[in-house]
Amino acid sequence: AGQSGSDGRRRRRITVRGLVQGVGFRPFVHAAATDLALAGWVCNDSDGVIVEVEGSPGAVAEFGRRLTADAPPLAVIERVTATDLAPRGDAAFTIARSRAGDAPHTMVSPDVATCPDCLRELADPADRRHRHPFITCTNCGPRFTIITGLPYDRPATTMAGFPLCPACAREYRDPRDRRFHAQPIACPDCGPRLEFVPPGTGPAVLGEDALAAAARLLTVGGVVAVKGIGGYHLACLATDQAAVATLRRRKRRGDKPFAVMVADLTAARRLAHLDRAEAAVLAGPARPIVLVARRDDGRPALAAAVAPNSPDLGLLLPYTPVHHLLLAAVAAAGGSPAPLVMTSGNLGGEPIAADDADARRRLAPLADAWLRHDRPIHVPCDDSVVRVVDGDPLPLRRSRGFAPLPVPLPFAVAPTLAVGADLKNTCALGTDRSAWLSGHIGDMDDADTVRAFTAAEHHLERLTGIRPTALATDAHPGYRSRQWARRHAAGRPVRSVQHHHAHVAAVMAEHGLTGDRPVVGFAFDGTGYGTDGAVWGGETLIADYRGFERFAHLAYVPLPGGDAAVRRPYRMALAHLWAAGVGWDGGVGWDGDVGWDADLPPVAACPAGERRALAHQLATGLACVPTASMGRLFDAVSSLLGVRHRADFEAQAAIELEARARRCPGGPDAWRNRYAFGIDRPVPGGPLVADAAPVIRGLVRDLRRGLAVEAMSAGLHAAVVALVVDLARQARSERGLDVVALTGGVFQNVLLATAAARALRAEGYTVLRHRRVPPNDGGIALGQLVVAAAGARE
Amino acid sequence: MGHGGGGAMSAELVEHLFLPAFRGPAAATELADAAVVALGGARVAFTTDSFVVRPLFFPGGCIGDLAVNGTVNDLAMVGATPCYLATAFILEEGTELAELARVAEALGAAARVAGVRLVTGDTKVVDAGHGDGVYINTTGLGLVPDGVDIRPGRARPGDVVLVSGEIGAHGVAVLSCREGLEFGTQVRSDTAPLSGLVAAMLATGADIHTLRDPTRGGLAATLNEIARGAQVGIAVTERAVPVAAPVADACSVLGLDPFAIANEGKLVAIVPAADADRVLEVMRAHPHGRDAAAIGTVTEDNAPMVVARTGLGGSRVIDLPMGSELPRIC
Ligand SMILES: [Fe+3]
Ligand SMILES: [Mg+2]
Ligand SMILES: [Zn+2]
Ligand SMILES: [Zn+2]
Repeated sequence: AGQSGSDGRRRRRITVRGLVQGVGFRPFVHAAATDLALAGWVCNDSDGVIVEVEGSPGAVAEFGRRLTADAPPLAVIERVTATDLAPRGDAAFTIARSRAGDAPHTMVSPDVATCPDCLRELADPADRRHRHPFITCTNCGPRFTIITGLPYDRPATTMAGFPLCPACAREYRDPRDRRFHAQPIACPDCGPRLEFVPPGTGPAVLGEDALAAAARLLTVGGVVAVKGIGGYHLACLATDQAAVATLRRRKRRGDKPFAVMVADLTAARRLAHLDRAEAAVLAGPARPIVLVARRDDGRPALAAAVAPNSPDLGLLLPYTPVHHLLLAAVAAAGGSPAPLVMTSGNLGGEPIAADDADARRRLAPLADAWLRHDRPIHVPCDDSVVRVVDGDPLPLRRSRGFAPLPVPLPFAVAPTLAVGADLKNTCALGTDRSAWLSGHIGDMDDADTVRAFTAAEHHLERLTGIRPTALATDAHPGYRSRQWARRHAAGRPVRSVQHHHAHVAAVMAEHGLTGDRPVVGFAFDGTGYGTDGAVWGGETLIADYRGFERFAHLAYVPLPGGDAAVRRPYRMALAHLWAAGVGWDGGVGWDGDVGWDADLPPVAACPAGERRALAHQLATGLACVPTASMGRLFDAVSSLLGVRHRADFEAQAAIELEARARRCPGGPDAWRNRYAFGIDRPVPGGPLVADAAPVIRGLVRDLRRGLAVEAMSAGLHAAVVALVVDLARQARSERGLDVVALTGGVFQNVLLATAAARALRAEGYTVLRHRRVPPNDGGIALGQLVVAAAGARE
Repeated sequence: MGHGGGGAMSAELVEHLFLPAFRGPAAATELADAAVVALGGARVAFTTDSFVVRPLFFPGGCIGDLAVNGTVNDLAMVGATPCYLATAFILEEGTELAELARVAEALGAAARVAGVRLVTGDTKVVDAGHGDGVYINTTGLGLVPDGVDIRPGRARPGDVVLVSGEIGAHGVAVLSCREGLEFGTQVRSDTAPLSGLVAAMLATGADIHTLRDPTRGGLAATLNEIARGAQVGIAVTERAVPVAAPVADACSVLGLDPFAIANEGKLVAIVPAADADRVLEVMRAHPHGRDAAAIGTVTEDNAPMVVARTGLGGSRVIDLPMGSELPRIC
């Protein structure tokens, strides 16, 4: 029952919460209100957008409908509340000044790729922003990385130092303009400047000359540090073998693939096979790096050093005007369009360089020159990485373009900070029914990353206004993230969450499960600290948010020498051979064979002295920790089959093993039942234990018979799929559960993720996979958050 | 059990179990290698340590000289001149007398070399199976010269971190002997008394802020304890830390970190930058400091972390060793 004035007018105050700032929401409101001849005002406050409209009851009702139905494309409306007020007789509709509050819960938009309207103007010689490298509007441009505080207004961004010229100010004030209240807008007269800093001591050049100089240097094989949205990239011609090899050497990158930027989808299709879903993700407003299957006949031919031994290519499209202009300039300078390697400006493991002085120092040994500008980056944000699995996006790194969009939670949580895991670290802040995740921060091995973590966490607190009253960490006693939490606890409770429980809870949360019924969670990864002090990683957990039961796990094998076993997969292969009773250490083997089986690739790959010491370690347990890791099993088999004995980067051995299986005609199905895990319950009432020894022995037998590596790798994948199905059946028959979650870094393996999901669905299970956060440790913070919050509710 | 490993777990025992229980006028306030107490007008350094090494004899030494050098070094690490030792033996029933005699000989010889007098002692025998042959406890007294104030809490940003020689030899020697492993050249324990070296360093007149002997938990544990004790950061250049090739090879083969391996004849010194060269020169002139090196600096940044600049240009965080080899890589 609304209050109506004597003339039948009605006034309503509507509060909109969600992602409604910096996305053109107020101009949209202004346009809708004016169109319906309503009076009143709209403003941003720290809680969202507040509107008061006054007019005929019909128009007010229609306005309420349009507010949610016709909202701008980038807006995400979480909640709308409305109250009726007494009419005041306003004559017009105005946009009022933003109000600051003390509890900002407004969402900040992620950074958005340059929109089609801006691209049109960029290319239009008649437009006053023709070729302006910082063209943006309400629908595109930097947001998260330039916002220093809330509410989101120009003074609270790194554009504060660029006063608007009269022409820009007119657009900014005009509610009918696409740039109405778009905070980062600028033009050649008032905006940031592009600058090229050449090699040596030559003078810097500006604007068009800067672009031309950078393009020239790239076409002759130079490496240019290019300042983007969330940090610096290192760029070079992806077709130039010498340039790519130089960059690889300087970055000390090993064989880890580089991402490649191409001008558009047409150019992308010349390099890789894209399906519709992949094309949509590639060209979407977040513009992540998308891992796609490369074409054998790709044009132009990429340098082999771009992605050695990889059947996939990480592609991305330009997402800033500078990228568009640079790719065009390179095409002009080189006579034909050329894809560019675009890799994060850092040494492996370090956070991406974003501050100009820091970049100058840290990238000096890596880059020949700089293409940069004077719009500061307030918070670094690395490129996101996505892969498409069965038509659904699977995030591998959730960062630029996604951060800091909140993930809705299935239940309300007290203000909590989850500090994540130590590799691929992200942190998460939660309150009520939302979790805000930071961008990708990096590996906490590095002191600079620990510092970057502190900065990212503070920024997230400022943007969300959440003051956490509790902290959540991994249970691993050596994690720096955990040590950080303890150092910063200041009396607040710090809750430990078991690593694989966090993985499973993360999938549950992003699928909105309330947790009334537990799920069967398969958490397969490399390393996670177990409640028994062992290294877990081949886990089947029956879990809800409050707790978990270890339903099944891989049989323990010794992990000899901690991180050394991870960096040298041949050590893991020898450990698995030893556990399977395959004699390579001079003893009598399971097959009666005696002696050093030098025919096995890992035996040959391991230096003799190390082999003797390793045999002793395995026999005595010296510097060994028991592990149930599925990731290490893939490493071991990769070395056993001679695919990869030393890993330059995380999961390299497993990735190359998967690549072999993908080349197998018929895939894993063709080698079903070739190898099988032994499943047993050694302790009555205890977990089921899946023994890899029969698989290892089968592989050794086939290796000696000369079976193709592709077939053996496919057979391993098939055996793991069969294991998952067997354990799921067991959980259904014992507990009546039929919702299965697949998580952990091992499920980045497309072949495994696809085949396991298909096999489970065929048997009537509901299969949950990650869609919003990565299955790897980048998703751990979300899981920690919900587990810690659920535990605190008890 | 990792609680004796000298790493994070032993630190937790001390912090959460012993200190609360001992709180009172008797409990030390700062955790140094030795306590400095006033006694009859003199500043007396006072420490005790128990030795439980297996095997009893290893290349370069035995439990006898360890028991002397360990306690002498703890006294030296507060700048004291070691004077008197008390020693207590716990013997397992059935231990060979000849073996015990060799241990006692070594102990006596080590005391003579270090210039300390053995003035009192005790012996107990436990049933067979209740000990590893011989356990030794030694307690030491020393005199701290006037004006000397050496403790972890004095490390200041800008100070230079020195180490007196190649690290990791003792741990690798004992391990390879116990496990019957050979790593090319035999690695010998570095067990040695450091009081002479410390006296020479003090004689330079330099204002030495901190001394520690990186025994259990190695250099990693020692640097972390100093960083925490003084609430400072420590930045180490990985390549500047001297490690003998056979020690490095053994660690690589076994998957161990040389920074976390025990030493029994090395010290870490933290000195003002202005004094660093002078102190280093004197150290290098001394037989127990021939391979001394400046390995890093105390920083305001990153407190209380220890950070190593790696050969690759990265910056690795050096943890307090956990006492077991848990991988962190996923
Ligand atoms: Fe994990
Ligand atoms: Mg001691
Ligand atoms: Zn735009
Ligand atoms: Zn302008």
